[in-house]
Amino acid sequence: MSKRHLLALYGNFEEAEAVVRELRSATIQGFDVNDDMIVKSPIEHPQVEAFLGDKPVYVQWFTLFGALMGGLFGFFLISGAQANFYMQMKGGKPIVPFPPNFVLTYEMFILGGVFITILGFLICAGLPAKRSPLYSAKVSVDNIAILVKAEEAAISVLKAIFTKHKALEIQEEAGK
Amino acid sequence: MKDIREDIAWAKINVDVMKSLENPRKLYWVILFFALMAFGFGVGCEIYQYQTGMGVENVNNPQVWGLYIATFIFWIGMSHSGTLLSAILHLMHADWRKPIYRFAEAMTTFSLMTAGLFVMVHIGRLWQFYYSLPYPNDRGIWPNFQSPLLWDAMAIFTYLSSSVLFLFVGMIPDLAIARDTMAAGWRKKLYTLLALGWEGTDRQWRNFRVTYLTIACFLIPLAVSVHSIVASDFAMSQQPGWHVTSFPPYFVAGALYSGCAAIITLFIILRYVFRFEAYMTKPILKKIVRLTFAIAMVWTYLNAVEFASVWYSHDEVSKDVLIQKMTGTYAPFWWGMIFCGSVVPLVFAFKRFQTNIPVLFAVSLLLNLGMWLERWMIVAPTFSHGYYPWTWDHEQWPSLVAWGLVFASFGWFTLLFMIFCKVFPSVSMYEVKEMVYHRTLHLKKSETAEQGAH
Repeated sequence: MSKRHLLALYGNFEEAEAVVRELRSATIQGFDVNDDMIVKSPIEHPQVEAFLGDKPVYVQWFTLFGALMGGLFGFFLISGAQANFYMQMKGGKPIVPFPPNFVLTYEMFILGGVFITILGFLICAGLPAKRSPLYSAKVSVDNIAILVKAEEAAISVLKAIFTKHKALEIQEEAGK
Repeated sequence: MKDIREDIAWAKINVDVMKSLENPRKLYWVILFFALMAFGFGVGCEIYQYQTGMGVENVNNPQVWGLYIATFIFWIGMSHSGTLLSAILHLMHADWRKPIYRFAEAMTTFSLMTAGLFVMVHIGRLWQFYYSLPYPNDRGIWPNFQSPLLWDAMAIFTYLSSSVLFLFVGMIPDLAIARDTMAAGWRKKLYTLLALGWEGTDRQWRNFRVTYLTIACFLIPLAVSVHSIVASDFAMSQQPGWHVTSFPPYFVAGALYSGCAAIITLFIILRYVFRFEAYMTKPILKKIVRLTFAIAMVWTYLNAVEFASVWYSHDEVSKDVLIQKMTGTYAPFWWGMIFCGSVVPLVFAFKRFQTNIPVLFAVSLLLNLGMWLERWMIVAPTFSHGYYPWTWDHEQWPSLVAWGLVFASFGWFTLLFMIFCKVFPSVSMYEVKEMVYHRTLHLKKSETAEQGAH
């Protein structure tokens, strides 16, 4: 069955939290609170994460991978180039000297870490993204939005919950 | 005194900051005009130098690094306070950084771009710039991976690219605000493109927080390494006056110092030009001033350590260079450096001057003059008075072309910086909202606790 979107706007975090709590406790046919609900806020707010429950973040794994790869790539790039220096007179000094190579390895470690962290961020945050089916520019100002996706039968129940908690505005996707 | 008023409506924050993109005070255009003139003069100097040859810089043996390398270090140093404000203070949860870190980050980016120009200008043969990059050896060019000069190129590239990404990532939520606020036109298209479809969802914020924190953690050791490597350009050589163990921390302290002084200057300019009085408040200025004062004292101490280690060492040549600095041709500039860098900041110790804007503006300019002189006094005197007396040259004076390019770098930096502030929000709207929100919550908690006590 096709699902429709519904967006409710609230003026503060307490009201939005109350709605989310009610949606979590209620059993609504055709609506899954874990998969079908998105909370949008104008600021990064730990309270939002608290009432939505723990959700994993994987960016740090990208960071680890990027930093290690960056460091290894840096070291082998330099050492590989130095290994070709055999025809140069090194005066008994090592062909691949570790202490000075550490500096460039360190820089490449950071460079790889930063670049791949950004890549991880884009992947994990789903960016670049298309505009949601329902969007209000008021979220950029001071409103907190709750966007839900539900089957036709659940729409009226959800709307009733939003209205009960004094939503400032409710937007509804046109029926298909 | 409050860092920021807690009763500012979030909508007003958007309006005020977005207004700065469209309607600055007239002084903005005056600054832009002079910056353009200075930059144009520098372009003329560079064309003349390029066509005539490096001789017009008036550097010749023993003076091989003239004003260009001194100014290169100055601009690298300037970049460090963006990291201090945005990364270090972010990790320390210093809320007061929020209205001002964006322009400090932009300052980091543009000062690094300005510094990079000097490397190219200095080598003369612009098309051979890639010689300084670490690339695998072929064509028998033999890049020397053991040279701090090559480390420098890599460190600056890493720092510049990471700073640009840090600035961009931190700006995404604000770009989304700009996208939603702007009327149709090129700006809206630009913000729509750069905002990447940000909508402030919980998933986006969660990942954003971790990413921002992670990059901040990377940037701090990176910033320290960049200026330590710049210090190694000098300290790893055998030249008298440079072969000093304390050079890396001395350079890092100097970098933070000049960066903080520049932040004070730009804070005052932006506050007036973009009407940011409600966000770039005097209590925040006071905090930066105190921070600058502390760093000034660290720099003064490290200077004293450097002089003492040379003075009491058995390295007579290095000692001779130090005496030359104090009493020779460069003495006025060296004493000028000591005065501007160690005496002038004492003004910051007086409470009444800590929020006096005209005084702070003048002092911040003097501090930066002192910091520029510091870099010149590192480079020039050592070359003029090396190991061999027959190479001494105390009379070398930079040419008009060299001064022109130094002057132009300030124009170039100002141009980039002011254009950035006009095109992108120079105050972080979402973070100021967070700051206001935290203050409101704190007040509510205090009131509740007070009522409970009664």
